[in-house]
Amino acid sequence: MTTPSLSSLIMAPINAVMRIIDAPLRRLQKATGIGGMAAFFLAPNMLIFGIFVLLPLVINFVYSMTGGTAFFLSERDFIGGAQYSRLFECQNYLDPMSCQEDAFWTAVGNTFWFVVLQVSLMILTALITALILNRELAARSFWRAVFFFPVLLSPVVVGLIWKWILQRQGLLNFGLYQFGMDPYTWLTDRDWTFAATIGVSIWAHMGFYALIILAGLQAIPKDLYEAAEMDGTRPARVFWRITLPLLAPNLLVVVVLALIKSVQVFDEIYVLTGGGPGTSTLFLTQYIYETGFASALRNPGLAAAASILMGTVLVVLTLIQLGIGKRGENKGKR
Amino acid sequence: MKTRSLLTGLALALLASTSAHAGDVRIMWYSDGVEGEVMKDLVGRFMKENPGINVILDNVAYSVIKEQLPVQLEAGNGPDIARVTAIKELSKHWLDLRPLVKDAKYWDDNFGLQADWMRPDGSNQISGFMTQITLTGGYANKTLFDQAGVPIPGPKATWEDWAAASKKVQESQQVPFAMAIDRSGHRITAPLLSYGANYIGSDGKPAPLDKGARDYLTKFVGWAEDGTVSKDVWVSAAGSTYRAAADDFINGQLAFYYSGSWQVANLATKIGNNFDWVAVGSPCGPAACTGMPGGAALVAVKYTKNQKDVAVVMDWFAQEKIVKEFSERTLFLPGHKGVVDKGGLDFKSDNAQAKTALNVFVDSTKTTSEAALKLPGWRWSDTVYAAIVTRIGQTLAGEMKIDDAFTRIDSDIAQKVKDAGR
Repeated sequence: MTTPSLSSLIMAPINAVMRIIDAPLRRLQKATGIGGMAAFFLAPNMLIFGIFVLLPLVINFVYSMTGGTAFFLSERDFIGGAQYSRLFECQNYLDPMSCQEDAFWTAVGNTFWFVVLQVSLMILTALITALILNRELAARSFWRAVFFFPVLLSPVVVGLIWKWILQRQGLLNFGLYQFGMDPYTWLTDRDWTFAATIGVSIWAHMGFYALIILAGLQAIPKDLYEAAEMDGTRPARVFWRITLPLLAPNLLVVVVLALIKSVQVFDEIYVLTGGGPGTSTLFLTQYIYETGFASALRNPGLAAAASILMGTVLVVLTLIQLGIGKRGENKGKR
Repeated sequence: MKTRSLLTGLALALLASTSAHAGDVRIMWYSDGVEGEVMKDLVGRFMKENPGINVILDNVAYSVIKEQLPVQLEAGNGPDIARVTAIKELSKHWLDLRPLVKDAKYWDDNFGLQADWMRPDGSNQISGFMTQITLTGGYANKTLFDQAGVPIPGPKATWEDWAAASKKVQESQQVPFAMAIDRSGHRITAPLLSYGANYIGSDGKPAPLDKGARDYLTKFVGWAEDGTVSKDVWVSAAGSTYRAAADDFINGQLAFYYSGSWQVANLATKIGNNFDWVAVGSPCGPAACTGMPGGAALVAVKYTKNQKDVAVVMDWFAQEKIVKEFSERTLFLPGHKGVVDKGGLDFKSDNAQAKTALNVFVDSTKTTSEAALKLPGWRWSDTVYAAIVTRIGQTLAGEMKIDDAFTRIDSDIAQKVKDAGR
């Protein structure tokens, strides 16, 4: 008598289930065709996606059409697009103070500059880091871990660590004082605080993107570099002609992810600056959170309208980037 | 047979866990000082005396009470009992304990003075009781004043007197700031009222900022610009986010700190023997020398599935002897009339400064203005506070002029009133 192997033991119940569902599935395929089967297998996933993504989106949109401070939809009045009109009521969009919801437009402006500066600087640093980590370095694994470590930290921890460093009686000022320099109030100066939010955000997330780029670098065939070396191609030309074009798909993923993450920035900055000084680091997500949940007499309708607008911008940006990516792919095929 | 035994066991375990759950009373609690520890001890004693009721004390940050609890309540959830400060704003969520408590008259007699603060307008509901009565007031770093050779201003000193004296101390002792006020609408309302401000319009809704309010706010912004008042704490956040300047005072960075009675235990614990400090009450303005009353209440939440047990817990914690012990151990001013009238509170502190400070706050209650006493029970207080903090914070950060801030404060409040009326 032979002893059954572990794999056959594990597979036994699965095979039993397969035998049971085989006949009905064959009948279903006969009736619906291959397209119908695809829909059948996708249905559970789509159901979960519908419940947890689409339904909240629809509910959020409905909220944006209602007014009042109550949370239950049944207790809220339908007011059409009044929340959107309120957000757009502005004499000059470049001067938030001329808008009725000045905090919203301040947050839009801050988010715009944050996204532009943070995404571009982060991708640049992630690319440089990945290029360095891809070289033959001593203790390469250790350095990879060092750069990836901040990604593992909770955003609240990131915010608190940097607050302790940057506050008036923080580590940075202590260091400056030791060198005979005057301490500075980094977190109460508008420009320095904004720069700090970008720096901290890059520090916290760069490792993740560097890892994606590093994976892309390692996927580039070595023989291309060997051929370039044999041809005596300069390193800069190798980078522009081989590395960068072949990294393009990875960079596109990085840009899309970094951009979405950047527009949604909230937790570590909320802990670090609370949106201050004044409103200089007030970003869209914080505006939505405070309007909908944290201010006296919350306004969930206005917060919902702002989040619909933010979501629309994100979708448009993602579609543009995917379109650019697709065009690049098609060019490559031709 | 084996399967049947297993199922029976599971069913019994399930029954046991359900019955334990039925006796659970969950309290959401936050702490400013040592009251979390005191409460934990009292909860333990309660459960020994009432073995059928399991009280779960959830110690949370104040921001959870301020920001997350209201959302939970709106959704019809939340704890069974909570310690809150927005007691009027959220009053529609509180359970009416009147038919549930052992002796409603005891509650009326002893907690009646603040009952209106925590019940919907026009009702005679018993929602809970104040775990502490607070009063805003100032603290001076006596050591800094002494070292600078500047006398501490007397009881009738004005805000200008304090600003001038603190500025002298700052310059002499090279501390970063002379004065600081917590980033809080409640705190800054005290000097506004002393300058004659009145928030409440004739229709009971918010009135536009009047001369008294504008005068003090203009002065406050001027003091921040010339470095007399710390603007760090006011610009350190956007919106109406609360920030205390207590750490600056504790670290000896301030000559004068305006906060409130709830800081006594915190200061006593953290300052220790590092320097001498004194509570000085509220400075005067042209209209009054008032502080702002307030406090935290322990209230029952109407969405509880366990009303009877909740009432037993509330009755136990509202007992005179328990309120007295709680106040003595936490160094809080009690909100129980019987305890106040009988006096003889023996605050449990080795710190003589803390005991003296508490007596100063008890004395200061005598100068609390009528306008100040009305605000804790006024529906729109938090709306006005939030607008003032938001716009003055922006002004201090250099984002707007003070006159624009006044216009914005009025329009923000008007918009909120309009939103609430939809």
